[in-house]
Amino acid sequence: MENIAGKKPALIWAKNIAMAAMVLIWVIPTFGLLVSSFRDRDQISATGWWQAMLPVELTARARTGTEATPDGPLFRVEGNIFDDEEARSYFSGTPGDISAFGTRGAEPTTYPAGTTGDLGDGETLTVNADGSYVWITPEKPGSRGQRVYFAAESPPKLTLDNYRTVLSGDNMGRAFLNTLIVAVPATFIPILVAAFAAYSLAWMEFPIRGLLIAGIVGLLVVPIQLALVPVLNLHNDIGVGQSFVGIWLAHTGFGMPLAVYLLRNYMAGLPRDIIECARVDGATDFQIFTKIILPLSLPALASFAIFQFLWTWNDLLVAKVFLPSADEAKVMTVKIADDLLGSRGGDWGILAAAAFVSIAVPLGVFFSLQRFLVRGLLAGSVK
Amino acid sequence: MNPLIQGLATIILGVGGCVGYFYASNLLLDKVLYPAKGRNIASNIRRANIIRPWLFIFPALLVLTVYLAYPVVGSAYRSLFNRSGDEYIALGNYLALFESPEFRRSFLNNALWALFVPVVSVTAGLIAAQLSDTLKWGNIAKSLIFMPMAISFVGASLIWKFVYAVDSDIGLINAVLAGLFGAGPIDVIQIPFWNNFFLMFILVWIQTGFAMVILSAALRGIPEETIEAAILDGANPFQIFFRIKMPQIFSTIVVVWTTITVGSLKIFDIVYAMTGGNFGTEILPSYMMSFMFRDDGRATSVALVIMIIVLPVMISNIRQAQKELR
Amino acid sequence: MANLSLKNVEKIYGGTVTVLKDIDLEIETGELIVFVGPSGCGKSTLLRMIAGLERITGGELDIDGMIVNEVPPAQRGIAMVFQSYALYPHMSVRDNMSFALKIAKMPKAEIDERVERAAKILQLDALLDRLPKALSGGQRQRVAIGRSIVRDPKVYLFDEPLSNLDASLRVATRIEIAQLKESMPDSTMIYVTHDQVEAMTLASRIVVLAGGGIAQVGTPLELYEKPENEFVAKFIGSPAMNLIPGEIIQTGAETHVRTKDGGEAISTVPTLPEDLGKTVNIGVRPEDLVAISDGGPFLYHGKIAITEALGEVTILYFHPDVEGRDAVIAKLPGIHKNMRGVDVKVTADPSKVHIFEDGQSLLYRDRPKKRITAGVH
Repeated sequence: MENIAGKKPALIWAKNIAMAAMVLIWVIPTFGLLVSSFRDRDQISATGWWQAMLPVELTARARTGTEATPDGPLFRVEGNIFDDEEARSYFSGTPGDISAFGTRGAEPTTYPAGTTGDLGDGETLTVNADGSYVWITPEKPGSRGQRVYFAAESPPKLTLDNYRTVLSGDNMGRAFLNTLIVAVPATFIPILVAAFAAYSLAWMEFPIRGLLIAGIVGLLVVPIQLALVPVLNLHNDIGVGQSFVGIWLAHTGFGMPLAVYLLRNYMAGLPRDIIECARVDGATDFQIFTKIILPLSLPALASFAIFQFLWTWNDLLVAKVFLPSADEAKVMTVKIADDLLGSRGGDWGILAAAAFVSIAVPLGVFFSLQRFLVRGLLAGSVK
Repeated sequence: MNPLIQGLATIILGVGGCVGYFYASNLLLDKVLYPAKGRNIASNIRRANIIRPWLFIFPALLVLTVYLAYPVVGSAYRSLFNRSGDEYIALGNYLALFESPEFRRSFLNNALWALFVPVVSVTAGLIAAQLSDTLKWGNIAKSLIFMPMAISFVGASLIWKFVYAVDSDIGLINAVLAGLFGAGPIDVIQIPFWNNFFLMFILVWIQTGFAMVILSAALRGIPEETIEAAILDGANPFQIFFRIKMPQIFSTIVVVWTTITVGSLKIFDIVYAMTGGNFGTEILPSYMMSFMFRDDGRATSVALVIMIIVLPVMISNIRQAQKELR
Repeated sequence: MANLSLKNVEKIYGGTVTVLKDIDLEIETGELIVFVGPSGCGKSTLLRMIAGLERITGGELDIDGMIVNEVPPAQRGIAMVFQSYALYPHMSVRDNMSFALKIAKMPKAEIDERVERAAKILQLDALLDRLPKALSGGQRQRVAIGRSIVRDPKVYLFDEPLSNLDASLRVATRIEIAQLKESMPDSTMIYVTHDQVEAMTLASRIVVLAGGGIAQVGTPLELYEKPENEFVAKFIGSPAMNLIPGEIIQTGAETHVRTKDGGEAISTVPTLPEDLGKTVNIGVRPEDLVAISDGGPFLYHGKIAITEALGEVTILYFHPDVEGRDAVIAKLPGIHKNMRGVDVKVTADPSKVHIFEDGQSLLYRDRPKKRITAGVH
């Protein structure tokens, strides 16, 4: 299409811009979260993540020193505001220049840096950009110095602290492990069971085959919510209860329609000649299945495996219902939904890091195995 | 037992068990029950071949029946009883539902979801598919738009919580409002009625990639020559898109549309994570969740309602499958 | 209605791969030009460049004296019949044929009139409301042609229109196309095919393309009787012309060439004294070889390996002189039995003997030599 004569460059520019705009909308939220997860908690609430690489202006407070030298009828206290520990505590790393200062908490930036603030009764305070100050007061300073509020820039601080907190504390590491333990068996077993069924529905002749296929396709649409109560009751009755075994079985069941549907479609498309040739050569159905169908279906199996893995990893509802509610047994989605979104609502850094920890594995799987995932999607849908 | 070891054991047992079952049952059939030799060789082979498909399909059928088919029946049955399950109240649960304002609101909200999400997702997916197919960096663009599909709904909710945050130093929307328009901070999650659309957009964000991938493949499947013929006939790109391309991928559009519609009706995680169903955003799945462990009768009746709504799609999907078999 | 000219046209992909080079061609109004050549020779590419579906990377394309290199396809005044017909599957025959006219915002009455007229010419009247999938291959092809006719273009382009039809339908449709052209004497048509029979029967002039360039341009008979080079010699005519190596032993108005085993070919191709001793290829068509029964002078002799008795003619395949080389073929009229294994001597009329030096016919020694790298067969 590119080679067509007379194509207008304006059209191509319009397309590029439109696509870029759409991609931006799609990527920005995730990107914002990623950036925020690396930010220091104070900085997160001070400026937006889009300013993450810029120095953040913080308001801090401190006290001057108390050593005064007589200056006529007045007393003069000099020093550097950053000598005060309290001042330093606001800034991780080297503080930037002070931009303004004040003496009241409600108005911390009354006076620009380098100027002299008149505090009345002959009292003045001068604070410079580098933090050096001169405080002139008619009364001899007591045990505590003058309260000084100021605004200064804090360099952008990127940290791994959020991740450390998320990963180490609060059983999140355990939750990660739990998710892995749920996802892997819940991926392998359905595939195996579905592969055999798919083969029989694709290549074996038996009376109600058509009806079964239609029935399985129909089951694709059953909402999982419908199955939750009865199946849970069943599990309780047979002694499986809320447990890992239960969730493995549940995912196998819930994932079966899609698995059979996709695999059957794929297998039905395999060349008839090869299979008939094998039959003529005397192979049993079982041998045909293991030696011909399975190897040839590898792309479809891989696609579905990725699909199912992502689905079980990301699932919330089935985990909530079929796993015990004890903290050690939670998977990551449940942990984030219940614990973090609820209680740590305000700690954005932690939330961001937690979100990324939970989506790191799926994203990794996605980017490395994208092709197979796409192929799997297409296997069922495009005629 | 340590779940890790339990998991490994399950994989080994499960996989081994399955393989073992299939192998052993086939062996049994072929060697013991109906061996392919002796006097009755022909009828033996015939009988074996009649039984064999059932061997292959048995485990899947078992699982499907227990986990999906039985629940439909079981749920329907259970929904006719009261909360503790011992008193038959026929349609009592359903009546209570229709009288409940929360149910009505959930129902209406779900209808909104089922309309808004597919329309926007399919449209955005079409646009993305068409644009990305002609640009050099199209594949990268497609990856980025498709990426949200890999993220859990909960993760997606977190990401968008960030965007919707009230604090204009955190939430992108409020930052833009404050920065460009000087407008005050708005909590979009709490705006009556419109908050639903902000939640729906999260699902659109996720599903557009799905629509895009499938529609892109469909677009590629259109014979190039029909498009060249249209160019020679003097059609401009818009005319080509609407009058030549879209009609040819119409059946795919329908498939994508219905799939996303079904997904929107079943979605639970987003509303749960963002609002817990509050502020007028409850939908049927979250409404059902509130009864989940308290009143099974009510919960199953809600589930049945969900199923009934989804029924038309099920019927059309079955029809499609029957057609393909021919 | 239009003449078309290609000046120095070339097509290079990505700056490195040259598909076509030095294409110079003048097409007059009313001609039916056929581009023919082996697959990969660039004939379809050339057609698509004329259509505007491929960019012209070098040279000039003129239609009616106007340079149209950068003109979009729809504005060049051309219509194209695609190999796979490219009918819009969701539109009826009538809508397929009227689509372009609707885009051009022609008044409805005129659209209907044109569609009816074209449908009548192509016998599509009864099918106007059908969808393409309800049509046979031949009917679809006629709709594709009808789609072009209604636009009344300056130039008609045909891209291998018969290759998707089965053999019997092909012959009938070929004749229909020939009749169509007869009824439209002022229309210019450019037709691409790989089938030399189609080329020979339909064309007013043939352009043989090979190796990225033009091997020869001429009327069908010119190409048959006076091929410019070995490629064209072997491409036109079936079975292909025999090329027998030899050495010029006598020059002048009549040239003598010695071939193996004492054979001697006499040709009316004139040669110059300096051609004496040159190694050349004798070209004789199978149908021009005559079997000799007595022991007279012969052009070639050998044992017959295979015979094909077709009733009307008998084709004799000699054993190849060198393993792997093309065997000499003779096409004798009538039925000849029991020729296998027999040693046969053949000769030919001097006016039917061609001489090729280094791939180029000595009749055209003053023409620039063409580098034809396509496999000669």
